[in-house]
Amino acid sequence: MKKHLLVSAFAVALTTLAAGVQAQANDTLAKIKSSGKVVMGVRESSAPLSYTLGDGKYTGYHVELCQNILKSVAPGATVEYTPVTSANRIPLVQNGTVDIECGSTTNNATRQKDVSFALTTYVTEVRTAVKATSKIKSIADLEGKTVATTTGTTSVALLRKHKRGADIKFTEVYGKDHADSFLLLESGRADAFVMDDNILAGLIASSKNPKDFTIVGETLNIEPIAIMVRKDDPAFKKAVDDYIRAAIKSGELNKLYSKWFLSPIPPKNTSVNLAMGSVLKDLLKNPSDAPAEEFNK
Amino acid sequence: MALDWSIFCADTIDQQVQANCLGVGRDQTYLGWLIEAWGQTIMVAVLALGVALVIGTVVGVLRTLPDTPHGKSRIARWANLWVEFFRNIPLLVQVILWYHVVPVVFPVFADVPKLLLVVIGLGFFTSARIAEQVRAGIQALPRGQRYAGLALGFTTRQTYRYVLLPMAFRIIIPPLTSECMNIFKNSSVAFAVSITELTFFAQQAGEETSRGIEIYLAVTLLYIISAFAINRIMAFIEKRVRVPGFVASTGGGH
Repeated sequence: MKKHLLVSAFAVALTTLAAGVQAQANDTLAKIKSSGKVVMGVRESSAPLSYTLGDGKYTGYHVELCQNILKSVAPGATVEYTPVTSANRIPLVQNGTVDIECGSTTNNATRQKDVSFALTTYVTEVRTAVKATSKIKSIADLEGKTVATTTGTTSVALLRKHKRGADIKFTEVYGKDHADSFLLLESGRADAFVMDDNILAGLIASSKNPKDFTIVGETLNIEPIAIMVRKDDPAFKKAVDDYIRAAIKSGELNKLYSKWFLSPIPPKNTSVNLAMGSVLKDLLKNPSDAPAEEFNK
Repeated sequence: MALDWSIFCADTIDQQVQANCLGVGRDQTYLGWLIEAWGQTIMVAVLALGVALVIGTVVGVLRTLPDTPHGKSRIARWANLWVEFFRNIPLLVQVILWYHVVPVVFPVFADVPKLLLVVIGLGFFTSARIAEQVRAGIQALPRGQRYAGLALGFTTRQTYRYVLLPMAFRIIIPPLTSECMNIFKNSSVAFAVSITELTFFAQQAGEETSRGIEIYLAVTLLYIISAFAINRIMAFIEKRVRVPGFVASTGGGH
């Protein structure tokens, strides 16, 4: 784990150096045309949005959507997949290593300074998973409890904000990854696990006894998740946005949602079983690329 | 490569650069958080070092106890078992075992603070390595030293206290220095069990700010400073305790 972190940090440092040398090519469509290939950034384990099936194969809701987009805006180009991490995805898009990132990236104001986001295609609501037997029903019930979340996620900052607001007092514990955080909840080291609802639903669905856990409480934060592209390339962004708009109209997006969130998906053939939330439903009526801050005023 | 260090003066909630880079009152900047995380790293490392030195010395000494007429003494066997057990399991696995498994198997540990569990894990792991060095140091002494102590009428305990250990410790200061520096670097595994130390900070702040390069550089620098400080302290001790004439025969220091 440690080694992995350092290697990726080093990779980021190197690629950033390389970017300084090579002139920033801000016309992605021209670049794709001249090189005949397009590089798609994907995640290893952000199911069901973007994840690997092993053997260098990637799949998921955003991956399939991106494949459809690229088929339409860059017909004939070979798609090359590059796995990215939370830490390196933005530098890799900025320096041109990755042309289109199809993972699980939250569109927020800080990131909009560095990259552009396509129209929001998924909305995650940060909520709380607890044991079904627990008496926790809302945020107020967390008073004096231990709350788990995962290192390297936006939920940590969210908890910190609540804590500094000092409406309720709780102890935080941090899992090194989502599986670890879920173990904290499962083993009783934590009373609650605060995380994106799709991740919670996925972990519960694949746990030993899914019936032992439940997602409760109000939505702590709304995060629009979107496909990420280079900044200052309006032509490419428009092409991607236009495709998404058309896909919403034709019902293709709804079909994709049902396929990845409501039906059994590989590799275990279990379903995440997460119906579309009201925020995303509204967004499909009025597509937008507004950052998270707009939703959490 | 343009580095933007102003991120360290930014508030950890609204990401706005603050006039006071260390943060005021309840407000915290990334620099303030970094220093706090460094404190956690130092705390884990220093406490674990204490545990490791005490247990490592005891176990190392026990391993060199003279044989009984029936063969190796039973205590020495237990001490050998300790070393083999703790040095054959990866550190990360040990720390996770202490955190997740031990409290379930032994309910006494359920209420032990998590920091203490990490200190025990890191301390025991390092104690096995220090024990090996202490054993090597004692066995490197000429056998006559032990007999000289016994000839003077010292008990076994006094032989170790006044004759063997003072010389053995001088011999092993160089490898011990490495071990003391390692404990600082190894303390980074504590992030895996919810200790908010430097590696945790690097991962979390890197994600929040997307300024991974600046953050990793700062964290790297603090690890170097911490480990090098220990190195200098050990070098100072080595110089002060040198016995003229004796150290020359073991290479004259480094």
